[in-house]
Amino acid sequence: MSAAAELTGLSLREAGAGVAARALSSRDLVEAALARIAATDGEVGAFLEVGAERARAAAALADQRAARGELRSELDGVPIAVKDLFATKGVPTTAGSRILEGWKPPYDATVVERLEAAGAVIVGKLNMDEFAMGSSNENSAYKPCRNPWDLSRTPGGSSGGSAASVAARQVHGTLGTDTGGSIRLPASFCGVVGLKPTYGRVSRYGVVAFASSLDQVGPLARTVEDAALLLGRIAGHDPRDMTSSPRPVDDYLARLEEGAAGLKIGVPREWFQGGVDAGVERSVRAALATYEKLGAKLVEISLPHTKYGIAAYYLIAPAEASSNLARYDGVRFGLRCEAKGLKEMYAETRERGFGAEPKRRIMLGTYALSAGYYDAYYLRAQKVRTLVRRDFDAAFERCDVVAGPVAPTVAFPLGEKTQDPLQMYLADVFTITCNLAALPGLSVPCGLEAASGLPVGLQLVGRSFDEATLLRAARALEREVGALPAPGLGEGA
Amino acid sequence: MPVSDFQAVLGLEVHAQLLTRSKIFCGCSTEFGGEPNTHVCPVCLGLPGVLPVLNAKVVEMAIRAGLALGCRLKERSVFARKNYFYPDLPKGYQTSQYELPICEGGTVEITVGGEEKRIRLVRIHMEEDAGKNLHDVSPDGSSGVDLNRAGVPLLEIVSEPDLRSVDEAVEYLKSLRAILMYLGVNDGNLQEGSFRCDANVSVMRKGAEKYGTRCEIKNMNSFRFLRQAIDYEVRRQVGVIEEGGQVVQETRLFDPDRGETRSMRSKEEAHDYRYFPEPDLPPVLVSAADVERVRKELPELPRARAARYGRDLGLSAYDAGLLVAERAVAEFFDAALAAYGSGPEAAKKVANWMNGEVARLANERGETPATWKLSPGKLAAILKLLDAQTIGGPGAKQVLEEVFATGAEPDEVVKAKGLAQVSDTGAIEAAVDQVLAASAAEVERFRAGNKKLMGFFVGQVMKAMKGKGNPAVVNELLKRKLGD
Repeated sequence: MSAAAELTGLSLREAGAGVAARALSSRDLVEAALARIAATDGEVGAFLEVGAERARAAAALADQRAARGELRSELDGVPIAVKDLFATKGVPTTAGSRILEGWKPPYDATVVERLEAAGAVIVGKLNMDEFAMGSSNENSAYKPCRNPWDLSRTPGGSSGGSAASVAARQVHGTLGTDTGGSIRLPASFCGVVGLKPTYGRVSRYGVVAFASSLDQVGPLARTVEDAALLLGRIAGHDPRDMTSSPRPVDDYLARLEEGAAGLKIGVPREWFQGGVDAGVERSVRAALATYEKLGAKLVEISLPHTKYGIAAYYLIAPAEASSNLARYDGVRFGLRCEAKGLKEMYAETRERGFGAEPKRRIMLGTYALSAGYYDAYYLRAQKVRTLVRRDFDAAFERCDVVAGPVAPTVAFPLGEKTQDPLQMYLADVFTITCNLAALPGLSVPCGLEAASGLPVGLQLVGRSFDEATLLRAARALEREVGALPAPGLGEGA
Repeated sequence: MPVSDFQAVLGLEVHAQLLTRSKIFCGCSTEFGGEPNTHVCPVCLGLPGVLPVLNAKVVEMAIRAGLALGCRLKERSVFARKNYFYPDLPKGYQTSQYELPICEGGTVEITVGGEEKRIRLVRIHMEEDAGKNLHDVSPDGSSGVDLNRAGVPLLEIVSEPDLRSVDEAVEYLKSLRAILMYLGVNDGNLQEGSFRCDANVSVMRKGAEKYGTRCEIKNMNSFRFLRQAIDYEVRRQVGVIEEGGQVVQETRLFDPDRGETRSMRSKEEAHDYRYFPEPDLPPVLVSAADVERVRKELPELPRARAARYGRDLGLSAYDAGLLVAERAVAEFFDAALAAYGSGPEAAKKVANWMNGEVARLANERGETPATWKLSPGKLAAILKLLDAQTIGGPGAKQVLEEVFATGAEPDEVVKAKGLAQVSDTGAIEAAVDQVLAASAAEVERFRAGNKKLMGFFVGQVMKAMKGKGNPAVVNELLKRKLGD
């Protein structure tokens, strides 16, 4: 293994510690990451934009800080990357859409600001489904992203680039967003750790909005500890986001190694009632057995409204999206298709600028909010949302975390579901309720499916703002399962 | 003739810009004017990913207005998105309030033709203003948009259809405007559009109970246009019905050049705004303590003040009404009265000068109390000079005019202009003697019974004394010398 491969194989924690100990330089880490991206991204397609020069400049500053002993955090000097819907000042931010092609925001997203303030080096912007709408990254207007474990398969979506990049050892950690499973699903498919925090735990300022009441920013990383480190840096109240919580941020590392003994793990009946591939179910059940072995107690629980989750989600999310996407009108920024009149300009710009999935959701959402339909659709969906939340509230009286599959399958082949949007939507059946209930959810690798050799993620859902317990439980499993092998990508490249 | 068979039914929707320094959801200035697109930021431009942060001052001002208008203040109110496409609307939706506004109910009291009437309010809600489209701004004829106004906070105040005439509508607007100005939440400027009004107009046959179909009239930016628009619209609707037709529900635009309203969009073309609760803003929570805090700082309102002027100072309803119409004028009056004296006589005197000469000068010069060079103390000083007979009425007017123009001290103006009147009996007697000696014929006629000539003698004496003779002394001396 080359020296560069050794560097890219380091966890975020290890890389940061290396910089702090001056055993490594940020420059070496960044050069290794850039080299790895150059070697692998032609196949993987995780990046929409690589900012090599900016990254090198940031690395040089990090190394100067290291020399002066003024490192800003355990992330200082470590190369990371962010999904392309985080506004980055002066750097193109497309949200995976043609309608934002070439648009350079005049501001940074709060999370970008916080990561850079911590010294992390953002090397580029990651591929995604257009406006975060999709479960396979195939809705990217620019290029598909591929699963590093099997390039014929999807990495999952919508944060496909965020998961694939970490799995492919291109960077040490990434940020994604999760509206209905967009962090956890790709994390599961790519064999990495992905955490969707409690709604309000992380600022959404500067995050291109899909569905405002569901969107949440979270980390993807190769270890639970790395995810905890990243969350610790991005979490917390932001005066620019009134939906961000003023609650103090927990120390996510403090209880990380406390193990699973004594934890009550709720296993929802409804998450195992058919529809889950046998191989996936076996891996998940094995993980549950591991928890029992570690001294956790499994409790059967019921989340009876799970089956209404998809329907409610596909009313609320498109409704909000139809409104959030109204600003892409060709008037002030992004794509404008000149036409003879104002209405024609709107129509032409949006016709050419949006792909099929955003258009589908704008139509769905506009319909759901229309006069005469609002009560039957949007309002009723909101009531379902309340019922879903009550399911979890009741469950958490009997358990500390809820555990089950992230998705019914392992990563599916590219093109398999693109002709059938409903099948694609069903990939999110287990992850969506967590967004509807505004709860934290996490995907941690529980092994490789025997038949395919592809990773399977275990989903853990926690109490509101109890990310610490989720991370602790995930860490306990991770210790038992051990690190997954690196996907056999770019070997010899 | 037919119009008199009909009853107009009017309801008004007022949009009042709030006098906050910054916009409702960002820190940009709310200042009027300015080069296009200079008071803008990513938030009010609606760039991707930005989020609104509610200006607490807006909520406070809404509470102030709600309290002053006797509304029910809602402990929990919710912002909503009103979705429609227009170039002056950056986000493609207006952030407003819909199902759960901050205030419900309330009344505005008006007096028309000596009769008091209470106009009920439906609601008051908070929302953001849109920008402005600018047409023909470039040589190629394309339009531009100025987003300086986008995000300026508004209160929308909706009345019940309780108004029955244009006079009532104008009176309602004037009362509401005065109240909002008193509260310091709005500057009342119709021309600049910081106080705007749309009218819902319908007509029904007199004695009918069911309202007719209403039309919404927009674009009336003065009281005069409001009168014209409503008068026109009422006549138009009556005409339609008289001809056997039916009024169609629609939005109509007032054209000030033609003095007409014309159809803008029909009910079928009306937008479906697809309102839904704004997910980017938590509900607005107003506690009883918040309300009490605002209530304590509430100023005395125009009608209460006018009533007090009548009750405590003995002013007529007319005088009091003029004084309270503008808060700054009323406060000037209070201060001038305090500096001058007390009791009904003093109040009447200050009120007369305020509503007379001071109002005339302010009007002529187009000034408001904030920019007057006249201070309450100076007005009181002028009145005291008058009382002390240092100056006479005409002299006092001259002094006032000078002080109003320059801000000089009244006694110095009197000195500099030599306006002090002469009360010295010797000097006046000399002038009287001189005049009587020169007017032997008139003296003869006076003594023969033509008493009207007294005016002539006074005039002659004053002329001889260049207007500075104390009229009382002049009169008295003349009477004595003429043996009257």
